[in-house]
Amino acid sequence: MIISVASGKGGTGKTTVATSLALSLGKDTQLADCDVEAPNVHLFVHPEFRNEEIITVPVPKVDESRCTGCGKCVEICRFNAIVNIADTIMTFPELCHGCGGCQAVCPAGAIEEGERIIGVIQHGLCNGMDFLHGRLRIGEAMAPPLIRQVRSRINPDKTAVIDAPPGTSCPVIAAIKDTDFVVLVAEPTPFGLNDLELAIETVKILKIPAGLIINRSDIGDMGVADYAARENIPVLMEIPYDRNIAEAYCRGEPLVEAFPQWRRRFVRLCEDIDELVAEIAL
Amino acid sequence: MKELVVISGKGGSGKTTMVAAMAQLSDNPVLCDADVDAADLHLILSPGVIETHDFMAGHTASINPERCNECGKCIELCRWNAISGDFVVDPVECEGCGVCYYFCEQGAIEFPENLSGHWYISESRFGPMVHARLGVAEENSGKLVTRVRQEGAKIAEAGSHDLVITDGPPGTGCPVIAAIGGAAGVLIVTEPSVSGRHDMERVIEVARHFSVPAMVCINKYDLNEAGADDIQRLVKKNNVTCVGLVPFDPAMTKSMVQAKTLFEYDPHAPACEAVRKVWEQVLNRLA
Repeated sequence: MIISVASGKGGTGKTTVATSLALSLGKDTQLADCDVEAPNVHLFVHPEFRNEEIITVPVPKVDESRCTGCGKCVEICRFNAIVNIADTIMTFPELCHGCGGCQAVCPAGAIEEGERIIGVIQHGLCNGMDFLHGRLRIGEAMAPPLIRQVRSRINPDKTAVIDAPPGTSCPVIAAIKDTDFVVLVAEPTPFGLNDLELAIETVKILKIPAGLIINRSDIGDMGVADYAARENIPVLMEIPYDRNIAEAYCRGEPLVEAFPQWRRRFVRLCEDIDELVAEIAL
Repeated sequence: MKELVVISGKGGSGKTTMVAAMAQLSDNPVLCDADVDAADLHLILSPGVIETHDFMAGHTASINPERCNECGKCIELCRWNAISGDFVVDPVECEGCGVCYYFCEQGAIEFPENLSGHWYISESRFGPMVHARLGVAEENSGKLVTRVRQEGAKIAEAGSHDLVITDGPPGTGCPVIAAIGGAAGVLIVTEPSVSGRHDMERVIEVARHFSVPAMVCINKYDLNEAGADDIQRLVKKNNVTCVGLVPFDPAMTKSMVQAKTLFEYDPHAPACEAVRKVWEQVLNRLA
């Protein structure tokens, strides 16, 4: 089973929930940080890193000696990644999405596949739990291919927890698509509500069952709780605001380790999610 | 005309609340909300929308079953596994590359342009505002960010506004890169947490990569004073200016709940003086 933890808005407590959930699930769990632009989970679980993979995307390499200048590659490319400037074919690898169209269309066989580095995936262990995360190269725009690579390294036979990036567009989709359950974390404020509504629309499009955790549940208004009730989204947990929790978070201490009384609630959360997923399967 | 872009790396560090407060302190600004995935600035500024524009970007393939002879070429060529064995395109997986459309000999593939969202020109109580809404599960957020900034710049130039304040997206990828290129400066709002610090370091590097001068402000600094000291040292080491420290203040959230800026909610709130000082420093730096 793969549980993803997401939110529309950033900074609502995704990482807090993902780390505490994974730490409560026990040793046979994988924890995958798919927020490759701002990967933070490792700062809380301190994995012992074992290996690192360099992740690339395919980009075209033009063999000028074979190129006839027919321009078919320029015509097929939707991303302006291959252009004809003064009768020379030039590529802009950072714009390339790696669709392979130029290579497929070239009648002279002049286009080979090169690669461009977009980031790394690091694997580690923390207390017997598998940890992995992607780190997008600084200056790199395209997060989704790296996120998809992180996803492909998750063992589907084990339970996995994914920390997703914020937002509602392609990086989130890449992180949560085809997961079994998504835990949405929201704060009870107008920003929290606005972005939760967008997140719910996203999970509906992807047809993933979802539950809600309201973090800092007493700092705002009732908008989020009322919305959840109206939309029939189960509220799985409420975490009240506590300056001690905020300070422990700042120091990089996972909630269930800094405050062991929370562990039981997270174990219970795992059971609740299990039950919800089982109900849906019926 | 100068543009200040407020970013953070990590989400939820207080960008939008800061932008709204600075909008009030600023003299005749143009405001842009470039967090097109999860735009929130309008919730405080409640702008009146003057113009609504469609944002067309990218294409999505679909297969007309009446023309399709199931030759399988499209499935073979699609690198996104977006076409199922029974020749149906999953619009979420479709990258919009058009390879299937180009190669289909039956002309069975349609490839219309997407309506990916909307952008708006509005009037807020502090000045003109450009904002947008990307459709959920859509791509091309970077292009929409660029559009919002371009329109903001046009309005600034036409109306002799000296300053554009742009509320940026979180992260370091495509939308952030689109949000900061060519700006006069970025203000990085961070918090004294391990994650705030880590993500701040990454966005400092992104700003440097694109040659945009960066400033840092530490919000909620008193939640972890030792951490805030570390961040200040780190910022200095990176040759970036720390323009101020803002204390943790419940008025920040309470003002947002009431759709007010910090100064409108309580001009005597502890954070007000700190934000005012940050703003003075930012203006000095931009000048």
